[in-house]
Amino acid sequence: MIEYQKKIQNIAERLLNEKKVDVVLGFKKGTIPMMNQPCLVRVPDETQKLVWDSNCGINLTNYLTNRKERIGIIAKGCDTRNIVTHIVENKIKREQLVIIGVPCTGMIDKAKINGLMVNEIAEVSEHNQEITITDSRGATKTIQKKEVLQSNCSICKYKNPVIYDELVADLVPESKDIDRYEDIRKIESMASSEKFKFFEDMLSTCIRCYACRNACPLCYCPTCFVDESKPQWLGKGMDPIDIRTFHFLRAYHCAGRCTDCGSCERACPMDITVRQFTKKLEKDCVELFGWEAGLTLDKRPPLDHYKTNDPQSFIK
Amino acid sequence: MMVVKIDKQKWSSGINQLKSTYDVYGPAKQGKTYEFQKLGSEQLPDLTVQNTTLSPKSIVFPQSEKMFSFHTDENKSGHHILKEMNNQSMPKAVLGIRPCDAKAFQLVKLNFDTCEYKDPYWIRAYESTTLIGLACNNPCSTCFCTSTGCGPFSETGLDVLLMDQGDSFIAKSLTPKGENLLKTATWSDSFDPATAESILKSGKEKAESKIASRVKTDQLASKSIMKIYEAPFWDDVAFSCINCGTCTFSCPTCWCFDIQDETKGCQGIRTRNWDTCMSPLFTLHGSGHNPRGEKTSRVRQRFMHKLKYFLDKYNQGIMCVGCGRCVRLCPVNIDIRQICNMMNSYQPS
Repeated sequence: MIEYQKKIQNIAERLLNEKKVDVVLGFKKGTIPMMNQPCLVRVPDETQKLVWDSNCGINLTNYLTNRKERIGIIAKGCDTRNIVTHIVENKIKREQLVIIGVPCTGMIDKAKINGLMVNEIAEVSEHNQEITITDSRGATKTIQKKEVLQSNCSICKYKNPVIYDELVADLVPESKDIDRYEDIRKIESMASSEKFKFFEDMLSTCIRCYACRNACPLCYCPTCFVDESKPQWLGKGMDPIDIRTFHFLRAYHCAGRCTDCGSCERACPMDITVRQFTKKLEKDCVELFGWEAGLTLDKRPPLDHYKTNDPQSFIK
Repeated sequence: MMVVKIDKQKWSSGINQLKSTYDVYGPAKQGKTYEFQKLGSEQLPDLTVQNTTLSPKSIVFPQSEKMFSFHTDENKSGHHILKEMNNQSMPKAVLGIRPCDAKAFQLVKLNFDTCEYKDPYWIRAYESTTLIGLACNNPCSTCFCTSTGCGPFSETGLDVLLMDQGDSFIAKSLTPKGENLLKTATWSDSFDPATAESILKSGKEKAESKIASRVKTDQLASKSIMKIYEAPFWDDVAFSCINCGTCTFSCPTCWCFDIQDETKGCQGIRTRNWDTCMSPLFTLHGSGHNPRGEKTSRVRQRFMHKLKYFLDKYNQGIMCVGCGRCVRLCPVNIDIRQICNMMNSYQPS
């Protein structure tokens, strides 16, 4: 990762020096273990603060929306798919961007790492594909990174950037024959009452902080439907119906657009597996339309355009 | 003051005794996190948890609380008249609350219980609650309570302080409420108060020495509000913020709420719900104007309120107890410790 980091810093410095971009969007080192902070670098001297490791799970495309400057953005596979979606949806222009592509080997899951140690985690370091964890009493454990990946990363099909101008390392091999929908099929096979219970349990700890929505690059509506007040569509309390309505509608709004970057789950303070919703819709889009989001600039997502030869009669 | 020793074998029987008089709350697994919740008949608080994910403020100040009911059927009597809901419950006992979270109630009290305004909902719930604190022998690395006028053995706001001694607890009652609770639980094995003080003192020193995380607040009071407000760092501070409510909802001292009427047909209830200054809707005027329409102004508001306006208004320190929750939970690593230090050391040019 340290090689990646050096290369990222060099590219960022060069782009700023050559005035190809006004800012570079990347990560700086966080203040606690397993956290980095999205940041903007404006001058070449500051590029040394850019970091790269397996704690860069927040999707930086979220910070591009409607920006006007020329931006260098450090982007892993999923981030680039969201950049494509942003360009197609007119949220940023391709000409504004210099995409610094990062072939990604996955991000680590804080909760999984916390679960491996009895005491608080003091430090997490990585070398090649190994992660070394040190706890507050000095005990250490070294494990393979693949054992503690975020669950979206462990089933990722697009580790490499799908669109880029610069590349920080050689492309990494993509995983073959991944079953992305094992959990979704399990839910699909449940009886209605069982499904209802499953979702009820899943959302029972939601505090409506909207971290999932706000960490999502797709959720750029100027006013989200849950924040509309004239008219107000949704109650503001803890009624489970309101909470479910938020999650279901948000997921539907992401149908055919979600790249399963995992930012929503990563941001959730209550560790709710909100990707279960978006993945079901992703699966439907694959099966019904042969569509995966963010792979091409030439086509619009299946649910945001109309074809006269649509097989469904209700829409004609 | 009364000090007793609670043998851990008498811990569960005492708690069961309490349950006939109190609704007993304690940390317990809930979904994937640990939170304070009302304990079931045989359930004991899980005191192995360093700090719950959310603060226990909801025990006194629920995320959503019914205030009034009403109906709008003009053919029936009493239409359009708000009727107070019956929110009475058993007295509550909170077992294992951390000293920081107990102190937080004292800060919130400055807002909800003043000479001018008395919030009946909050005061009623607070007064019927007994807080049995568990001293932190092993504070988290993100705890900075010793910088906020609190500490791992702080007694402020507690009714009883417990210190874990391995096979027993030393329990020091700090208020008549606390004493009553110890009696109700029949925890009565007396313990020499002087010995207890010396054990607590050495425990406190040991725990405080483990806290490496500090903030500086000594210059905040003397700074000009407008100078800090206009400081050049706010855009940078706010850049990564996604404006979610994680920090405010997990914070033990954030008290802001919104009042809503919810109706179905002619029936309605008036509720109040936690709100968050991170949301644009929080300050949206009826006219459509939003005085805090931009992200930066919302982020600045949160820190100015906690670290400057509150301090200036009440002269009781900052509106933060150093529990570290917002530091641990912020999805994008906005760290109040850094921002507090920036504000404290800011020298306008």
